[in-house]
Parts: sequence; C-alpha cells; structure tokens
Amino acid sequence: MADLVCENLGMTFTNPQTGAKVEALRDINFTLGKGEILAVLGPSGCGKTTLLNVIAGFIPPTSGRVRLGDKVIEGPGLDRGMVFQQGALFEWLSVARNVDYGPRMRGMDPEETARLVEKWLDIVGLQGFGDTPTYQLSGGMQQRVALARCLINEPEVILMDEPLGALDALTREKMQSLVLEIWKETGKTIMIITHSVEEALLLGERLFVMAPRPGRIHKEYRLPFADRGVNESLREIKHDPYFIEVREEILTMIWDMEEEIMGRV
Amino acid sequence: MFEWLSDNRATIAAVLFVLVFAAFVWSIVVGRRQSRLRAKNEVFGDPARTRGGWYWSVTGVTALVLLWGYFSWGIVRAYFPNSANEMCQVAKLEEAVSPIKAALPIGARYYKSTLLAVRNAAQLDELQAELPALPFTAAEKEDLDLLVRDIRKLIANSSNPDNMSEEARDRLAGISARLIDLGGVLRAGPTGDMTPSPEALAQPKWGTGVPEIPILPVTTRGVLFDTVSVTAAEIAGEFNKIRNHVPQNEVLMADIAARIKAFKEANKAGSFDERTADAREAYVKAVERIFKRLDDGLIFPAAALANVNSAIQDLDAASRSAQGGLRVVDALFMPGPGIVKSRTQCTEQGSARWLPKPTDVVATFARLANPDVENGGGYRGFPLLWWDWVPVADIVAFFIPDWIADIWPGEYAAHGPDGTINPKFKDKLLAFAQGDVDLGSVPMLDGHIWDSLFRVLVALAAGIFLGVPLGLFMGVSRFFKSFFDPLIELYRPVPPLAWAPLILTIFGIGDNGKIFLLFMVAFAIMVISARTGASGVQLSKIRAAHSLGANDRQIMWTVIFPNALPEILTGIRIAVGVCWGTLVAAEMLAGTTGIGFIENIARTVSDYELIWVTILIMGILGLVFDLGMRWLIRKTIPWRGMG
Ligand SMILES: Nc1ncnc2c1ncn2[C@@H]1O[C@H](COP(=O)(O)OP(=O)(O)OP(=O)(O)O)[C@@H](O)[C@H]1O
Ligand SMILES: [Mg+2]
Repeated sequence: MADLVCENLGMTFTNPQTGAKVEALRDINFTLGKGEILAVLGPSGCGKTTLLNVIAGFIPPTSGRVRLGDKVIEGPGLDRGMVFQQGALFEWLSVARNVDYGPRMRGMDPEETARLVEKWLDIVGLQGFGDTPTYQLSGGMQQRVALARCLINEPEVILMDEPLGALDALTREKMQSLVLEIWKETGKTIMIITHSVEEALLLGERLFVMAPRPGRIHKEYRLPFADRGVNESLREIKHDPYFIEVREEILTMIWDMEEEIMGRV
Repeated sequence: MFEWLSDNRATIAAVLFVLVFAAFVWSIVVGRRQSRLRAKNEVFGDPARTRGGWYWSVTGVTALVLLWGYFSWGIVRAYFPNSANEMCQVAKLEEAVSPIKAALPIGARYYKSTLLAVRNAAQLDELQAELPALPFTAAEKEDLDLLVRDIRKLIANSSNPDNMSEEARDRLAGISARLIDLGGVLRAGPTGDMTPSPEALAQPKWGTGVPEIPILPVTTRGVLFDTVSVTAAEIAGEFNKIRNHVPQNEVLMADIAARIKAFKEANKAGSFDERTADAREAYVKAVERIFKRLDDGLIFPAAALANVNSAIQDLDAASRSAQGGLRVVDALFMPGPGIVKSRTQCTEQGSARWLPKPTDVVATFARLANPDVENGGGYRGFPLLWWDWVPVADIVAFFIPDWIADIWPGEYAAHGPDGTINPKFKDKLLAFAQGDVDLGSVPMLDGHIWDSLFRVLVALAAGIFLGVPLGLFMGVSRFFKSFFDPLIELYRPVPPLAWAPLILTIFGIGDNGKIFLLFMVAFAIMVISARTGASGVQLSKIRAAHSLGANDRQIMWTVIFPNALPEILTGIRIAVGVCWGTLVAAEMLAGTTGIGFIENIARTVSDYELIWVTILIMGILGLVFDLGMRWLIRKTIPWRGMG
C-alpha cells in the first residue's frame, strides 16, 4: 500500500493523420495518500478522463510519470481498479461471472472465488443475483456489479470515471453512500471523477477543480464532508452552510471557465 | 398402398382442394374478425401490430396452393377427370382438318392461293425491273420480257373460275358436301354404338401414365369426335391431292418450258466471262423457279374455295355445339391454349406444361424418396436421403492424407527372399490413409440430399474454423489486417461460380472441388463478419479486462470473441445461404450426385415435375437451415445489442 504520485504529468495527443496536437494535460503534480478519497471536477473536455486513463495505464503520458509508491506505472495493472461510466460489463456473462472475471483469469481456486463473489455481492447489495444475466439489470445494479468486479481484485487504488453519471437522483444517493462505506471499510485510495459539484463535495476528502486548455489543476480543497458522510445523512450535509458556500464558489468557478471556453470558440 | 395413392391422385386432390378452399375462406373470416377486434387498441405504426397473425399466413399459403392447383390444371383434373381425354379427341379433329384450314383464311388472313398469286406476281415484277441492267443482248432482253409476261399469264389463268377444270370443281364440291355431312354427324351427337373400347378404358388415368393424357376416347362424346376425326383426316387427305391444272395453261406451259430450255442452252454455248455467265445463269434460274412453282397447280380461284370455307366453318360450329359443357370447362379451368394433339400424343399447353400439379409433385417426390433403388426408387440408382453402412476405415482415410505415410521416416517394405512381405509401421500407416483396414462399419446418411448437405456442412465447418480466428486477429492486429485484407479482397469479389470452372479442373468434379469452392465462399464471409465483430468491441470493455488482469489471449477469447459472436452468427447465416446457392449451381456444372445434379438432368430432359421437386427440396432445406440458425441465434446471444 502506497501513495499515488503524479510528477510533472503532461499529455499531448497528436492526430496521426493531420499531425494536429491537443494538449490535454500540462504539468500535473499531486500526491494522493493511501486511503484518501479524491474527487475531480472540471468543465467538459478539461482532461479528467485523460488523467484517469494515464493513471490507469491505458495511455502512456507524453511527459512526466505516475508512481504508485516506488513503482512507475507503465500499463494497466491489478493494483489499480477501474469503474467506467457505463458499467462496461460483459453482457454475455451472468452477474457472478462478471464479478469473478479477474480471479478466473488469474486462475484462482474456484471455491475461494465463489466465496469472494458471495462476499462482494453482499457488500454491494446484490445477494441472490449471481445467476442473473447482466443485461437484465437496471443501471444502478449494473454499476454495483462493476464496483464488485473491481473490488474483488483488491486493488490499492480505485479509479472511477463518472460512475454515477447515468443514474437517477435517488439511486445516485444510495450509490454515493455505498462508495463512502466501501472507502471507510476497506481503506482504499479512491479517485472519482464527476460532473456533479454536490457529489464531488460529498465524496471528496480532497477535491481538485481542473481548468481546460491545457488541462491543469486550478484549485485544490480539503473538505470534511466525506468523513461526516460515513455516519451522517447525506441529505443533511447538503444543507450545511459551509457546504453551500463551497458549492457556490466552485459553481461560479466552473461557470466562468465555461464562459471563457465559449467566448474563445 | 403407394400405387393406389398414385393412381388416385386426382381424387385425393379433389378432397384436398375442398379442404384448402375451406381453410382459405375460414382464415379470411378469422382474420377480418381479429383485425376488427384489434383495430381498437392499437395505433398505426405500433410494432405490436405485426405480432401474431397466423391466420393471414394460412390465407397466403392456401391462396398459393389454390393458384397452383388452378394454373397447373390440378383443379380441372380433380373435378373433371375425363375432360382432358375429351379435349384430346377434339384436338384430333382439329389436327385432322388443319391441312384444309391451311388453304383457307381461317388461321391466316388470306386464302393460301391469294398469297401465292400475290407473292409470285411480286417476284415476277422484280425480275422484270432487274432485266435492263443485265448482260443480255437487246433481242434476248425482249424475249425474256415476253417470257415473264407469259408466266404472269399462268397466274391469271389459274385464278379465273371459268377456266377451272370440271374435275377439280367436282372434287371441291365433294369435299364441301362431305364436310357438311360430318357436321351433321357431330350435331346428331353420339349414337348407340359409340361406346369406348375396352383398351381405351384400360388406359392409365390422366397424369399417371407416361403420355400424360390417355389418347383413346373413354366417353361416348369422345368416341364421336374420334370417329369424326378419322373421316375428317380422309377428307383432308383427298383435299390435299386436288390440283387446279387449267387447260388454257397446258400449251403455254410447254412453250415456256421450251423457251427456258433454249435460254439455258444459249447460256452454256456462249463464251462469256465468268461474271457475265453467272449473272445470266442466275436470272434464268430465277425465272425457272417461279415457273416450276406455278406448274404445281396450287393456285385456285377464290370463288372455288368459298364453299369449302363455309363448310369448314359449319363443321367448327358443329364441333362447338357437340362439345357443349366441355368448352366451358376448357375456357374456365384450363388456362392457356388447352390441349394439342401432335403426332402420337396429346399434350397440355400453357402453364400446365411447365407447372406440375401439386399431387403429381408429391407423387414424384414419394417415388424419389423411396429408398428401394432396385425397384425404381431414388434417382439414377441413388436414394434421395437414406442411410447405409460405411466402413470406419473410409472415414478415417478421409481425414488422413496419403502423404502423412510418405513423409513418415523410413522406407516402405520390400518383398523378402521368400517372396512374402513383412509390413512395417509405414506400410500400416499407408493402409490407414488409404482405408485398407477393417475397422467395422457404422451407419451413415446417404443419398443425393445428404451429399449436398455434406458438402455444405464440411465447407462451412472449415470456413468457420479457419475464418473466424483469422477474422478476429484481423480485427485486432495491424499485421493480420494489412497482410490478409488484400489477399481476401482479391478473390472475394469474384462470383463463386466464376471460380468454378477453374476449381473443378484443379480438384476434379468429385466432392473435393465443390467443397473447396464452398469453403472459399464461407471463408471470406466468416473472415469479414468475425473481423467486423472484433473491431466493433467497445474500448472500455477491453480496458476493463486489462485492468482486471486478463492477458491478451484471454481477452481474445473472453471479450473479443463473445463480442463478435452476433456478427459471426449472422455471418454463418449468410454463409449457409450463399453456400447452398453456390453448391446447387456447382452441382449443375459437374458431378454425379446431389440436388443440383438431379435438377440439371431434369432440365436436359424437360422433366418439369422433377425440376419443381428439386426446387421445393432446396427451398425447404434452405428454410430449415435458416430457422435453425434463427433458433440458435435466439438461444446463444439473447444479450445481443444490450451491452
Ligand atoms: N484519443 C484522443 N485523441 C485526441 N484528442 C483527445 C483524445 N482523447 C481526448 N482528447 C482531447 O483531450 C481533451 C481532454 O479530453 P477528456 O476526455 O480527458 O476530457 P474530460 O474532462 O474527460 O471531458 P468530459 O467531462 O466531457 O468527459 C479534449 O480536448 C479532447 O478533445
Ligand atoms: Mg470524461
């Protein structure tokens, strides 16, 4: 278990046909301590997904590097689990087969695997759904399967790219509690990207607001709400005056950035 | 049992048509009621409006069967089994009087004599116009002009009724009188002694014998027409012999003949250059040809034939009245030109000629399906679909090529000093590869249909097992895509049948060539569909698999392959259809077994029943294949499009 460190991270996409360059990230520096939960906010196109993909090891950065402890990240690995916006479930497999995909591919003992699947389905609240085909699940249930599928591998860092974006308000709130619960119980490092300021405030122990063109960290916050959310009702936290204050501040910030982008185009 | 069914197919059809018609009407009634019921709670455009509706399928299928029955004359045979035989007798009368009619403006617009006179006169005009430019002397030209004029006189003389010989006049009058009498016989109807002969009654029924339609009359009306047709044929024979040799022409003709002869001699005697000689000779020959034609005495005065004409019309009227209800049956239920007698048999003309009756198709199919090849079952000594004991060794040999034994280390055994051979392992391997061992026998399917199926299935299996992996790799690898894409795209656009002559030459006309041809078809389709499926996989799924710890090979078979499965199955479905179509065509090109082979032979002998049977077999097998694939798709990929 170790810190996640981004050092002078830069990412420039080059269109292989036209040679046109897009600088998606410039000079990203931060250290995410073990067991911290980080929320990333920012206007559309500011490079949030790119940052996550670089950390996950799906695309190599054009400058700088990412470390997990002493290990420099050079590709996807079991130490970093990913939850995508739209489940990315294997729709031809049942819930249980989706969840045990990782252990199966690693050739783990089937009995041990079955036990783990039981355990994680229980944690995400899907007990008894093991044999259901995933395409028959609702959106919220699918995201829980994705979460269980990621967690069963016991990654050190969990990367989430707008995992709750496609859910309705009520399901979303339940899922937010679930994320906090898992965070507290497993003590994993979590990095979550979201479009919703409220969600970022509720889940983010730390919060980055990113600015576009090139993508960079514009402002950083340390917030108490995630810790409180473990025990308190999320809805009450939302009425906290400090919560409202920070929310308005960030909304204005992002609003201004969007204005700027529109003006420039 | 089978014989009985075959002989009574008309009666069976009669019962079936009633049932089919009842089902047709009933399905329309049900359908209309259902439509009215459902109109209330469904809006236009709602996809639910296409669900169910089996009753309309019944309507469609029964309508098709009824149309088939009608246009194949199945309905008329079912309900008027003797009508064809009677129409055949009527056709005999038609055939008998046809030589007389040919001289009259009945089928054509003009008397034959009129046409002859006009045509010959026109040709004479042409000759006259040509004359001035030809290499004859002025005197010769004058003579020739006169000659042509005299020939024209022959036509005029023949056309004048006053010139007609007494004898020809009498004979024509006799013909007319006899035709009128014959009409009287028809009008009087069948007499007591006009009963069908025992041989006639013993004939096979309509459609069960080899000449489709029994030729001897089996009804009294038929006997009447048959008898009348015999007399009519005699009269026609006599009519054919009558010539109009006009006395006025006799002297003229001798004179013309002598003058033509003189010209011919002059042509021969004179010393002309080649072209002149040719032109002179050709002209005289043309004149002679027309003269010879007029010598036949086939031009009659129009007035002389008028009586014969009205007598024939009277006979036709009598025939119509004697046919009575038969004419209604013919007009309503025998679409097309009806029945025609030619030489020794009566044949159905029109749609019935190429569209076999439904029950005949079933009978033909039953005959083919009978596995007892010794007793006329199957086709060309080979059953349609049956089973047989096949030595296991043959099957093993099919999979082990001979060269495996050849490349095995060591030498084949040679005979020893005592003249016997002591086989080594290499020899035994060769025996396996050639099927020369006894491994017992297993029952295997056999027959034309199985041969066709076997070719498709083997080719399809090979196409799937080689094409799918290649397609998947092409979907994920730059090397595979770039290397194989041009190779496949080079041969694929060529229609498979364009390859056929080449492939069949290389691999022979046996199974191998056809299987390879079909393999080429299936392979390309499978590669393309697997490739499309593989390249369509969502990147996030691949990334998820990567971060869950799967290696490349595992991702290939647990993510990319399932993702491509819908495309692959659709590809198989298409490949089955295309292979089936190509196979039949390939079998028609070459081969000795298979459905296409049967159709090809049937085509060369114009056996329409057999052609339709093979078409139906192919259609049904294609349908079964497709239903099977649809079922498979429903069962294996219910998640399609849900990801
Ligand atoms: N594969 C790529 N090739 C070229 N440019 C890319 C690629 N991926 C992303 N970009 C560019 O990089 C920038 C950041 O994209 P990214 O997807 O990271 O944004 P984002 O913050 O996740 O946006 P959103 O909130 O809408 O998901 C964008 O300008 C985008 O056009
Ligand atoms: Mg994004």
